[in-house]
This record gives sequence, structure tokens and C-alpha cells, in this order.
Amino acid sequence: MSAATGAVTRRTVLKAGAAGAGLVLAIHLTGCQKPGAASGERKLIATNAWLRIGTDNSITFLCDRSEMGQGVYTALPTILAEELGVDPRRIAIEFAPVGDAYKNGAIGAQVTGGSTSVRDAWQKLRVAGAQAREMLKSAAAREWDTTASACRVENGEIISPYGKRLSYGAVAEAAAALPVPKDIGLKEAKSFQWIGKALTRFDTPAKVDGSAIFGIDVKLPGMLYAALAQPPMLGGKAKTIDDAAAKAMPGVRQVVATGSGVAVVADSWWQARKARDALKIEWDGAATTALNDGAILRGLRLSSEKSAGLVARKEGDADAALKAATRVVRAEYQLPLLAHATMEPQVCTADVRADGCDIYVPTQSQAAAQAAAATAAGLKPEQVDVHTTFLGGGFGRRIDVDFIPAAVEASKAVGKPVKLLWTREDDITHDKYRPPAYDTVAAGFDRDGKLVAWKLHLTGPSITARVFPGAVPAGAVDPFAVEAAANYPYDVPNILVDWVPHEIGLDVGYWRSVSHALNCFVAESFMDELALAARQEPAEFRRALLAKQTRHLEVLEVALRRSGYDKPAEGRSRGVAVMEGYGTYMAQVAEISIEGGKVKVHKIVCALDCGQTVNPGIVTAQVESSIVFGLSAALWGEINVQGGRVQQSNFHDYRLVRMGEMPVIETHRIESDAAPGGIGEPATALVAPAVCNAIYAATKQRLRSLPIARHNLA
Amino acid sequence: MLTINVNGSDRSVDVDPETPLLWVLRDAVGLTGTKYGCGMALCGACTVHLDGQPVRSCVTPVGSIGAAKITTIEGLSPDRSHPVQKAWIELDVPQCGYCQSGQIMSATALLAQTPKPTDADIDTAMSGNICRCGTYQRIRAAIHRAAEIAGEKP
Repeated sequence: MSAATGAVTRRTVLKAGAAGAGLVLAIHLTGCQKPGAASGERKLIATNAWLRIGTDNSITFLCDRSEMGQGVYTALPTILAEELGVDPRRIAIEFAPVGDAYKNGAIGAQVTGGSTSVRDAWQKLRVAGAQAREMLKSAAAREWDTTASACRVENGEIISPYGKRLSYGAVAEAAAALPVPKDIGLKEAKSFQWIGKALTRFDTPAKVDGSAIFGIDVKLPGMLYAALAQPPMLGGKAKTIDDAAAKAMPGVRQVVATGSGVAVVADSWWQARKARDALKIEWDGAATTALNDGAILRGLRLSSEKSAGLVARKEGDADAALKAATRVVRAEYQLPLLAHATMEPQVCTADVRADGCDIYVPTQSQAAAQAAAATAAGLKPEQVDVHTTFLGGGFGRRIDVDFIPAAVEASKAVGKPVKLLWTREDDITHDKYRPPAYDTVAAGFDRDGKLVAWKLHLTGPSITARVFPGAVPAGAVDPFAVEAAANYPYDVPNILVDWVPHEIGLDVGYWRSVSHALNCFVAESFMDELALAARQEPAEFRRALLAKQTRHLEVLEVALRRSGYDKPAEGRSRGVAVMEGYGTYMAQVAEISIEGGKVKVHKIVCALDCGQTVNPGIVTAQVESSIVFGLSAALWGEINVQGGRVQQSNFHDYRLVRMGEMPVIETHRIESDAAPGGIGEPATALVAPAVCNAIYAATKQRLRSLPIARHNLA
Repeated sequence: MLTINVNGSDRSVDVDPETPLLWVLRDAVGLTGTKYGCGMALCGACTVHLDGQPVRSCVTPVGSIGAAKITTIEGLSPDRSHPVQKAWIELDVPQCGYCQSGQIMSATALLAQTPKPTDADIDTAMSGNICRCGTYQRIRAAIHRAAEIAGEKP
């Protein structure tokens, strides 16, 4: 097959060669082989769950996290390679199948999310690499009648005390039969050869010539294409379907009523899409007729007022301290629903047969994808093979698997492989939206002006309870609802953070940085309100309360210094925000001006301490990416619902930052040997408070709701 | 049957002339480097060149193309040697990568017209291309770098 056409043959998996090896996308494992099975003349030796060493001295890493832009395709093999003793750039990479070994220890499921990939892999992939290296050394030592400890390794070869060399491939088979060694010491940071170096990404070459295979690019022999008519209102169901006109259209093979809408299967996607619009469907939307923005907000507010909330953090007695306080400041904040808007709309290719099913899908959640496909196909999960493609963006959207069953049902109905692709409108109107929030916050000062009480009362739906049923027992706090709130860093003696779970009648999902983006906006905006009440400069106010938090304090100082915070240029204003999230400490300074009643964001300076880094270039890229993501949301992001129908549909009314609106972003990373922190998400959360604090500095207008575009600035 | 010229080769395609060029390229010709993002010329993921001019293939009926020469990301160079591709690799621009074919096609068209673009030129030429991963800062730097690389040619 040709990499240029991007075709993949049936039951193959994607594989990219190491950068610099010429053709980047190559394909192997035809037939029914699983990774690790014998392939033609060469043997692939499964040294452990992640590593395949071929008798041809090929080295393949099974990447068990999804590559959605965040860089696991580069960072994870680098971690393994460091201990294995191989240049990571010569390692071939495949995406791993479903397997218990591939569960994310930080989540308890095979999920890419929560900025956990490097944190989870940090220990286990280094151990896996070290174990394999020691087994290879032992096998070579036997050949030479020496001891493993007398041998050393160098880029895929074992070297004897007398300078003899054996390749990893030559001894891989013997090595795999040896016991797995325990208690191997790992390298110290100072002797890292690859970790901490800014290697260019291994997936870049395939992403500049069109050869990278995303979900939308999968092509199987005999494959048909499907478009899906989904209910125009959330939770709607098809009552009657008249498909006569659609079926008469060119290329249409079949119309399939699925659990999530009516699929039109045709010879090409455009034919399917045109015929979809010719379907006459009467929808039953009774379930969500009363659902609208006003009702959602009223419901949140009512729950907030009538419930004390589940305690996420309690120190001292905040209520008593508020009563006794000389001065109390109160505010309420609210945040809208948001869509993910991955650039690649949701898509899945399914090939259902009597005895099994393959799905080719850009997913963040392989085991859930397998389970969803199995249910839709009427098969057992182990009969479904999941082939993960590159993801055209994830941002949490693809932790959900709602777009998979319809593809499986359509393939089953027509007896052929089917690629089912959503339109952009389908994607915006059928998202699992970032939850809205209604939060009240109060703080008290004593007679000496000391901040003595902080009470943050959050109200919103639980994402985790929906996505992982049973994971949040009744009466328990969803930990993904109280981020950047329960870990309030400032030195206040009486703290209460609680959360009222309140379902809103539509599905909410994990959205980049999850509740950090909700709660950091509230906490860090309100810190500025308190600084004003205390008649202190906002950065100075924070600095005094962070004296015991050395990592927070250091990033704050660096951000202030690097941004020239104290001396903004004429006509410019600055705002600051500080946060710890995912084990990463971060401060941002936003520099803005107000032009014609609108904010222009000129520059965002971000200082961070994310502990030990695997690839500093990718860290910087993720900070830039997260900031742009947060900025689109802060400036314009909102999903509105009226009569159960999502009002936005495409990029004209769900606006995203474009080149001409792009601020300069400066990223300053503090060297650290602390354990790695997550970096895919945290910077998203600080943008809105930093920008809104700068808006206050410019206008004396305090924005307690988003998006900023809803407010007239003067 | 329609005949279109794609990356220097004539290709016969059996499609309705109203079909957007994007879907002809992807599903009939088999060139999937060009991406679908919005279907309304709002995001630029589907950008290709028609006689060197950038167009949004998602709203360009294939029947309207005539003899114009179509260039897709796959036709930019056989070996990632176009200055824009070199600069993109050097500065590690892509993240998820989905929009990058369109970004690169817009950037190459800009540089063909304006070999030394200013930041304002880049804002104008590139604001039709959305990158949800927010790689804009690197795209801007890479366009300037590509201009340098192109200038180094003998």
C-alpha cells in the first residue's frame, strides 16, 4: 500500500517508523496477528507489554496512550528508551490494543486524560526498559560465558568486557525466556541521555506531508461511508422515519435506524451526507423541551442556596470566622457550557463480522470503546479489536464513546466495513459539554486586616458520575469538580470548600483542565477582589499569603519579573493568576488593552514548575496550546440551549482564536527535579482569571461571568 | 466522468459535478491529507491550491474546476523538502496535526505571492485557518523561517 494514499488494509494497525528513517507510516501485521505475534521471516519478541524486539533488531514500542497533540508518541518511547539503552529515534511506534497492562494507573482504566500520561509512565516505563535491558544483557552474557554485570549496553547492543558485541535482536528470544529481574536501580537524572532533551517530535514528519492517519482517513477494502441524522434536540428519539427520498438518491445502499440516530450508508460520504438531508424524520423531543439556559442557571442557583454541599476541604471554622470577621466580601460567579470542538469531528470505522469486530477509531478510552462496540455488535468485548488512530484533537471529548455504536450498528446491518463521520454541526450540537457552574464565595478579614476566612461554595453536575458509573458514591465529592478549589494555596486559617452536585438535564464531559478552568476563574478572580478590599496590589497580596508555598511563590515571582509586571506599557494593563494543578505549579500574567469596548490580549507570560521534564520542547508547546484553548473560551466560549436545542453549530457562532487574535506567549520553565507534573491542561485554567484581572485593572469592571464578549467594556 | 488534474496527474472521477472537491480528493482519488473541518469554508482544514491559489475545497464543486491544476499537501514535494515543510519540521509546529495540511497549503500560497511576509501579511493570509491546538505562534515563526530557507536556495 502507499503511505501517500493513507490506505490501511483490513485488520492492520498503524505503525510509524522512527523519524529520519524515511517512510514514516508503514503497515504490518496483516491477517489475524496481534502485536507480538510472528510476522513473516522476522520474529517479534514480546519482552514486556510495551516492547517488541525483532530478530531483525527492530525495536517497537506499543504506545498505550492516545496521541492527540500532547506528545505521548514522543515522550513515552523516550522514557522507555532511556533505561533500555537505545536512541528513542530508532524505535518504531504502534498504538497498543486493549489490555490490562495498559491501564492508566492514575485513572484505573485505559484512558488518556487528566494530564497523567507522563506521570503514570514515568516509573513503569523506566522499570520496563531497565528490566528488558538486564534480560538482554543476561542472555548475551550466557553466550559469552560471562556475567551480565560485566556487560554494558550502547544503542541497542550489548558489549562484553572484551569488546564483543551482540545486537538486542540477536539475543531477544533467549532474553524473553529469562526471569524478569526485580529491584533494578534506575538512572539518576544527571545521567539521563534522552530524558530532558528537546528531541523533535516523532510524529512531525507524517503531519507535514498528509501521511499521518487520523480516524477520518481510515480506508478498508469494500468500505462504505455513513452520515448520521441525529435528533436536533438533546435526548430526542426518532418517532417516524420516511427514507424513500433518501434511498432513491445516488450511491445510497441502506438506511439504518441506530440507537443514536438514523444512519445513511452510501458509496461515498458526500452521497451519504446529501441523502441524510433528504430523510424525513419526526422527532420526539419531549424529554428536553423545557431545557434552556435560564432553567439551567435557576436550577443551579436553587441547589446552591438550599444545600450546604459536600465538604471538599475544611480547615478551622470558616462559618464562625466569617461571623466574627470585621469585614466580609461576598460574590457569585457563573460559567457557561462549552463545546470541545476538536478539529477532527467524531468518527469511527467499524467492521462487524459474525465472529468478531474491528473498530478503527480516534479514542482516548480504548476499553470503553471496545465495550461500546461489543454491546452494539452483540459480541463479547474480547471479540472486538480496537485500533487507535492519531486523534485530530482530544481535549477530553474522546474519553466519551457515544459516536462508536452507530458505526458498529451500521456495519452490522450492511455486512461491510462502514466509516461513520459526523459533520461539524453534528459535533457542536451533540457534544458532552463542559459543565456550567454557579459558585458563591465569601471571605473575611479581621480587625487587623488579616484574611481569616475563605468559603467557596461550588454547584454543578458531576462528570465522573456519568462517565464512570459507580465511581462517585452518593455523598462523595467528585474529585474532578473541586480542582483548583480544594487545593486553595493561600495561608488562611479557616477554609471551607464544598460542592453541591446538581444535574442539569444534559450530558457533561471532561473538557481540557476540567474543573480547574471553572474554579481557578472563581478563586483567582476573587483573590483580586480581596486585594482590592485590603487595599493591596494583587500580586503583593498573593505573595504575602504564599510565604509557605515555595513552588507557588517561585512561579509567581518568575512570571512577575519576566513580564515586567510592575511597569506595563502605556495603554496596557496586567492581571495575574496562580494555580497548582496536575502536580504542576503555574503563574500567568496577561497584558491587555481595551479597544472599542473590547479586550485585546497582547501577551501572556507563563512561568511554571512541572518537575522533571521528559521533553521541554513539548512542555512549551503544551503551555502555548493550553493558553490558546483557554483564551478562546474566556473571550467567546459559550454553548446556549433553548428548547432542548443547542444554538451554536459551526465556527461562525462557536468562535475560536485565529492567527490575527493570537497574543505573544512566553513560557518560562523552572528547572526542577521534583516528580513530573502534568502539562497538557493546567495552563488553560489560568487564562480567564489573568485576563479578567487585567480587565479590572484597565476598566474597574469586575467580570464574574464568562465569556468576556458578553460584557461591554469601557 | 470528470477529469481533474491533481498533483500533476490527470485523474478520471465518476462523481456528481456538485460534489465538493474535498470529498473527491479524499474518497474518490484517495488523497486523505486534505481534511474536513467545517464544510463551510470557516476553518481552512481543506485548503488546496487551484493554479497556485489557495481555495477551500469543502465548498468548491468539482465540476467548477475545469482544467485548473490542483495541488494538495501530498503534491507539495515528494520528500518533505518544500521550505515550508522543512520549517514546520525544524520548529516542530504540529501538535494533533489535523489542521496542518491546510495551514501548510495556506502558508505556501502566501510565500509564493509574498516571499518575505510581514506579521501583518501572515495575519491576513492565515486567519482563515483554525488550529484548535493553538500552534499559531509556531506557525508564524515557521513561515518566517520558511522565507529564510527559500531565500537560501541557489
